[in-house]
This record gives sequence, C-alpha cells and structure tokens, in this order.
Amino acid sequence: MDGKVVIATDKLTKRFGDFTAVNEITFNVFEGEIFGFLGANGAGKTTAMRMLCGLSIPTSGKATIAGFDVYKQTEKIKRNIGYMSQKFSLYEDLTVLENIRFYGGIYGMTNSKIKSKSDELIAKLGLEKEAKKLVKSLPLGWKQKLAFSVAIFHEPKIVFLDEPTGGVDPVTRRQFWDLIYAAADQGITVFVTTHYMDEAEYCNRISMMVDGSIAALDTPSVLKKQFAAQTMDEVFYELARGAKRGE
Amino acid sequence: MADVILQNITKTYNKGETIAVKDVSFSVEKGELFGLIGPDGAGKTSIFRMLTTLLLPDGGNGSVCGFDIVKDYKAIREMVGYMPGRFSLYQDLTVEENLSFFATVFKTTIEENYDLIRDIYIQIEPFKNRRAGKLSGGMKQKLALCCALIHRPIVLFLDEPTTGVDTVSRKEFWEMLKRLKSLGITILVSTPYMDEAMLCERIALIQNGEIMSINTPQKIISEYPKKLYAIKSKNMSHLLQDIRQFDGIESCNSFGENHHISFNDDNELEIQQKLIAFLRAKNHQQIELKPVTPTIEDCFIKLMN
Repeated sequence: MDGKVVIATDKLTKRFGDFTAVNEITFNVFEGEIFGFLGANGAGKTTAMRMLCGLSIPTSGKATIAGFDVYKQTEKIKRNIGYMSQKFSLYEDLTVLENIRFYGGIYGMTNSKIKSKSDELIAKLGLEKEAKKLVKSLPLGWKQKLAFSVAIFHEPKIVFLDEPTGGVDPVTRRQFWDLIYAAADQGITVFVTTHYMDEAEYCNRISMMVDGSIAALDTPSVLKKQFAAQTMDEVFYELARGAKRGE
Repeated sequence: MADVILQNITKTYNKGETIAVKDVSFSVEKGELFGLIGPDGAGKTSIFRMLTTLLLPDGGNGSVCGFDIVKDYKAIREMVGYMPGRFSLYQDLTVEENLSFFATVFKTTIEENYDLIRDIYIQIEPFKNRRAGKLSGGMKQKLALCCALIHRPIVLFLDEPTTGVDTVSRKEFWEMLKRLKSLGITILVSTPYMDEAMLCERIALIQNGEIMSINTPQKIISEYPKKLYAIKSKNMSHLLQDIRQFDGIESCNSFGENHHISFNDDNELEIQQKLIAFLRAKNHQQIELKPVTPTIEDCFIKLMN
C-alpha cells in the first residue's frame, strides 16, 4: 500500500524503571489504511497505543502522528485523532444527542456544525426515535456503533479502536466492521486492536507485538504464507507462544 | 439426576422492566462440560448468579446437585466453585494468602486438595508472594480457578473465564478445563467466543435472555438449514456489498478471509454460475467459490434472524 504516511515511528521505546514495555518499534501506517495492532496480553500494545495517542511520553525514539511530534505536540495529536475502547466509550447518563454534542464541543466544533452533523449522524444510524433517550437504555450493539460514530464525529485523521467489538454479538460485530470500512473509504486511517482473529483478516496490514517488539508486520495473506498457516489464529499462536512475559 | 437443572427460570430487573432471563430451561449432566454461548447482555451472568444462589429468580425452579437454588442455598454454596466474570479475589492479599483464605473459609487446607490444583498452581507458584492485584491477566485467571477449586467442588461455574485473554492463554485454559472434566467435575462455562463452543460437549446458544438452541456443537452445525459456501475475491469489502445486491442471495456475512453465503434456493444449480457471472461483470477478480461447513457462529447468526 502506498500513499501518505500518517503514523510514523522510528525505534519508539518506553521504559518503566528497568522494564522495557515497548522496545524500539518502527513502522508506518498509511492514509485510509485499516491497520491491525495485535499481540499477546502484556506484549506492550496498550503502552504503545498510549504513546501514539499523545497520552504517554516515550523514553526514546521518534514518532509523528498526523504529522505531529509525540514529544512536543501531544495536544495537536489529540485534536487530530479519535479514540474508542470497549471499556469506555459514551456517557451512560447523557442522551444520544447530548453525547454527540458533548464530544463535538470538546473537539472545538462550532455549534452550527455540531447541529447539522448530529442530525445527519442520527439519520444515518436510524436513531431518530432514540435521540433523546439516555445512552444506558440502548442495546450494547447500538452503543458500540454510536460510540464509533462519535469517535469520528470531528473528522479526525486517525481513529484508534481498542478492542471495539469485545463481547458484541456476531451480527453487530460485522455491522461494526461495515462502519470501519466506510470510515477508511472516507480516508480516515483506522488503527485497531482485537482478540478476534477473523477480524485480523479484515485489516489491510497487521503488526504482531511479542514481548515489547514487533515480531511480524505484513498483510494477512503474506503472514499466513510466511508462517505456513491456514488462518491468522495459527499465525498468532506461532508468534505468541514464544512470548517470555505475561501481562 | 443432572447436577444442574433449570426449569422455566425467569429473572427481571428494574421492577420487571428489564427482562434478563426469559423462561430458560436446560440441565447439565454429572461430569459434563456445558457451554453457555452468547454475547454481552444475553443473560449469562444472571443465570450463573441464580445457580450459585447469589440472586433469586423471579419465576421457575432450579437445582444444583439436587438442592433447590432458593431454599437450599447453604448446601449449594458448599458444593460449587464459582469464578465470576470480574476478577473478585483480594487484590491486597498475595497469591498464597488468597488461596489459603478460600481453603480456610471452606474448612479445608491447600495440602488436602493440592492434587486437584497442582497442574494449574505450579504455573503461578513462582509468584506466590506477589499481591493478586499485581498479577497479569493470565495469572489472575489461573489463581481465580485455583481458588474456585480448592474445596473440591462438585460443580464448577466459570463465567467468561477467557474474555479479554489472548489466543495462547485461551487455548491453555481450555486444556485445563479438559483435565478437570476428566476428574469428574461438572462444569458450566460461559463465553462470548463462538469458536470455544466446539470445545464443549453440549452448548446452549443464548441471546436477549432466551435460549435459541441446545445440543452438541456437532448436532447444531448439522442442523444448519442451508447449504453454505465460502467466497472470496481480490476486493473483499466491495465483494460483500455486491453479493448483497444479487437476486437470490439469502445471507452474506464476512468470516475471516472469506464471506459465507447461502442462496434462497440451493437446488438451483445455475445460481452459482449466475452469481459468478454477476460478480465478473462488476470487475471482481480471482473469484473463488466453494462449499463450506458452517461454524457455530454461522448457526448463531442464522438463529438470531
């Protein structure tokens, strides 16, 4: 895949005391790409993602996110990315509309823009009847879809998704990926972690972290060839079972 | 008599407004490894909490080891091991202190039942002086299983033991369950991972508080009502959209590197050729279509519709 680089890291490293959580990772992610960021529990994924989101300052190495430096321009990074995780996504005690307005406001969108875009979003998701209901009254699947839409509401360059589909039913899980494809088609870069290996197949490229390093990085089909595996599950198993450290 | 029996069990919350479990009936035989398979919010945890006497059902009857889940709660608590979905051990106690605490509560000792937990415990023993809160996810899971086993329960209830755990640890965990089963322990385990269904002897597929199907995984698969095909081409996301436009397609869902599709009328031989011609006209390249055995996830999706 060619094109504009939106995430570039060069020997990016994070140490906590004498423990190296992330060890010299180097990779590029391109505009509009769906990039799967996989690894065993404790491989360093969360720490790496926190650095890429501007939430944690690296110990050494370089990285730019949407052109901004992870040491000096963390606030600019935060404005240009979206983030969603399974654990935290929306405010349960706010309505659908209030959540959208709240996020739009935080990202500095104008009131008129928020108004027009939220009408559009609610129509797109078919949530007209639920717009004034509390988020906690929505089924989980709808919450996840809404959370994703809210994460890209301010039209970020990159959206980070941390296990977005954990525990979601198989139909909703697939609808969620339809949304991911649609976002990528619009040029939003998608950086996603998952424990579902079938979802690894839906990514353009995959990186696999083992013990703080990137042990493999390529398209799913090349990785399967490389490891003489039938499925991504086998690739993952081959790489991760050699891991020395737990979480 | 089956070790676990549920008859028309119902559970509601918010004064009846939220129906969590709706008229659920199934039983788990002595020594069986039974899986409750369904997404978050399906009602799995409510079922576990009623069977372990931590919640009262609104309606229906249930028994564990022949004891009533409402009246005989004291007897049941002696006989079951429960590993809740959320890590519930004492974070400020060490590995060894947690284990010895649970042994003492059940009036036994680690030594007395060590044979049962040995294979699992030796993996975390090097960290026995570490506080439970400081353990990794995989190690917490192993310690919780040891604590649930230390009083030699007759029935083991495991609520989503593998959620959020990577593939390697998940495989190890299921190996442990197989061994516990071989020791005669009855196991009811829940999971949102459909692939784990194949590792159970029998499963119940559950969605929105209702059981959609109960059987062996093999039987559920053999009862899939349609012929299923796997299809792929160079551009998978466009392929999905285009197939959905094709007249005569009943279902089309992505499954890893393929899409799984079924036709409205699978006796019509030309339909496959028609589909391929249709896709070629839409500029799809390297189209491959072949029959495929359904997975439990295919069955789950079919039952949801």
